[in-house]
Amino acid sequence: MLRRAWNWFDDLTGLTAMLRPLLLHPVPKARKAAWLYVLGSATLFVFLLQVVTGVALSSAYVASSGQAYSTLQFISGARFGSIVRGIHYFGASAMVILIGVHAIRVYLMAAYKYPRQMNWLSGVVLLFLTLGMAFTGQLLRWDQNGFWSAVVAAEQAGRSPGIGNWLGHFILAGDTAGGATLSRFFAAHVFFIPSLIFLILALHLYLVVHNGISEPPKAGQPVDPRTYRVWYKMLLARDGEPFWPNAAWRDAVFGSLVVLVIVGLAVAIGPEPLGRPPDPTLIGASPKPDWYLLWYYALLSVIPRWSEDAVIILAPLTFALLLIFLPFVANRGERSPLRRPWSLVIVAAIVLTVYHFGRLGASAPWSPRLEAVPLPTSVVGTNAGPVAVGAKVFYDKACEFCHTVDGYGGIRGPDLSDAGDRMNGDQITTRIYSGAPNMPSYRGNMSEADLASLIAFLESRHKIPPGAGTAPVKR
Amino acid sequence: MGEPDGHESATPEPSITGQPCQGCLSEARRRFLTRISIATGSVAAVAVAVPSVGFLLGLRRTPRLWRDVGAVEQFALGATVQVAFADPSPLPWAGVTAQTAAWLRRTAEQEFVAFSVDCTHLGCPVRWLADADLFMCPCHGGVFYSNGEVASGPPPRPLSRYPVRVADGRVQILASPLPIT
Repeated sequence: MLRRAWNWFDDLTGLTAMLRPLLLHPVPKARKAAWLYVLGSATLFVFLLQVVTGVALSSAYVASSGQAYSTLQFISGARFGSIVRGIHYFGASAMVILIGVHAIRVYLMAAYKYPRQMNWLSGVVLLFLTLGMAFTGQLLRWDQNGFWSAVVAAEQAGRSPGIGNWLGHFILAGDTAGGATLSRFFAAHVFFIPSLIFLILALHLYLVVHNGISEPPKAGQPVDPRTYRVWYKMLLARDGEPFWPNAAWRDAVFGSLVVLVIVGLAVAIGPEPLGRPPDPTLIGASPKPDWYLLWYYALLSVIPRWSEDAVIILAPLTFALLLIFLPFVANRGERSPLRRPWSLVIVAAIVLTVYHFGRLGASAPWSPRLEAVPLPTSVVGTNAGPVAVGAKVFYDKACEFCHTVDGYGGIRGPDLSDAGDRMNGDQITTRIYSGAPNMPSYRGNMSEADLASLIAFLESRHKIPPGAGTAPVKR
Repeated sequence: MGEPDGHESATPEPSITGQPCQGCLSEARRRFLTRISIATGSVAAVAVAVPSVGFLLGLRRTPRLWRDVGAVEQFALGATVQVAFADPSPLPWAGVTAQTAAWLRRTAEQEFVAFSVDCTHLGCPVRWLADADLFMCPCHGGVFYSNGEVASGPPPRPLSRYPVRVADGRVQILASPLPIT
């Protein structure tokens, strides 16, 4: 009965006739490298996971600047709501990781060379669209961090030459961050970018079938556009195997395992907690992007100031252009990474850069620690006299927000735990009065009495006990 | 197959099977129909795109309105305090985001200055540290003196100021667009 029903359905839709050649199309045997070929399909699995959980979340999320935060609280408290949010949260991270590693695999195996240049280009677009989804998704949490991230995004876009002001206000959907802003990001996250992803994804998958899955590269076997297609056809005839299930089983198993890990993390850890409400009058906000853009946030924090305008706009643009031109300037020749050692160096440099700046962004040493508490008596060493008063001045004048003393305070400026070993009173006075590029001048902003107490406090900071020997060379 | 309007080919064109076809459209006719299809499609696409893209790109230009933030005597001379007021054009669904904030200081009996809370570096909200007499940004450590001038860190220019006036004993701030650097 079921078979008859299926046959009837299949006859009318032609489904088998359409899918069969796709499923059974021959692919090269990847052998030892076979598991490296599962990253693209795993990204697709996670994208579908994001679509499913995104649809579920959108059934309760209200994309209104005034209500989104409350609806997220409601979703988090509803049955399975926290888990669905968690899946969507970890799914976003997984998608960024998988598409990044997939791009690295394709680059290292030079699968962007003839005839797969369009596969690469469509993949590059998908990479940027995925990052766009990640950023707009973080913002849809619409807590204090989300609200101020919209403002920062507008300010960053404002650095664009010529159109900066217009672009910044376009991102905000108006003159201020307010009612229309969230709707704009919601539309981008739920309609605009996903539509483009579906479209480009269809093209990408079509091209994978049209040009065939790239064979694992072999050193000494360069790509020649004049002969490649004939050679590839012969390779498939000689050593190909049907995609389903010979190769696709790995995609199915790996993709499913990735999904299970994401669900497991969502159950065990849960979603990113909501911050404070998106009230612009709650000033105590320190917005930071989620981990996948933390490295860029850090990069912008450490580059020389004169280069900021150029780096904010030109760096991503240059990176995108490099990715776009790559398959055109290197469309032939060796594919093996063993014959392209610089590709290994480039990948290592990118991975290390993202890792290093990502870690730096997490600790954000350039950010003052406005939450620092006054130094306890155990650190100051006394609760009376000029040293104790100086410790209070050290806190009141915001020195402690940027300078550490025995583990307390910020790390933006030099550690002053041993200031007394390195500087005398005159040097301290000069520094306090003259300031520095990252330190305000306190001339006219500190009484002489306060200055004297502060010097007394700083001179009392020693790593080497006073009288234990010659002090180290002063800076 | 003949055309009901009588536009039949004088010289028969091959049909899709490659065989000569009596009554098929001439090449010129087919070209014309192709062009008219593309032309009408393009006009329809433009008719949809102009209002849609125009709506998407059109900025909501908001009026600049004076917002009341309190009576003059509420503010101590020399003190810098945070004030909240509605943004220039709050939308009904904006909720708390319809509010905005500024740092207001009474500098004389009837004189006030109001600074935007947005750091001129990347827009993070700056905080006023009264004891230190400084504004400090938590994001990248930008510091401003009490007059809004840059004291240190990455901000490229002083804090933006809102126009302030006193009217009928009330302090009013001119709610303005977010300053984009």
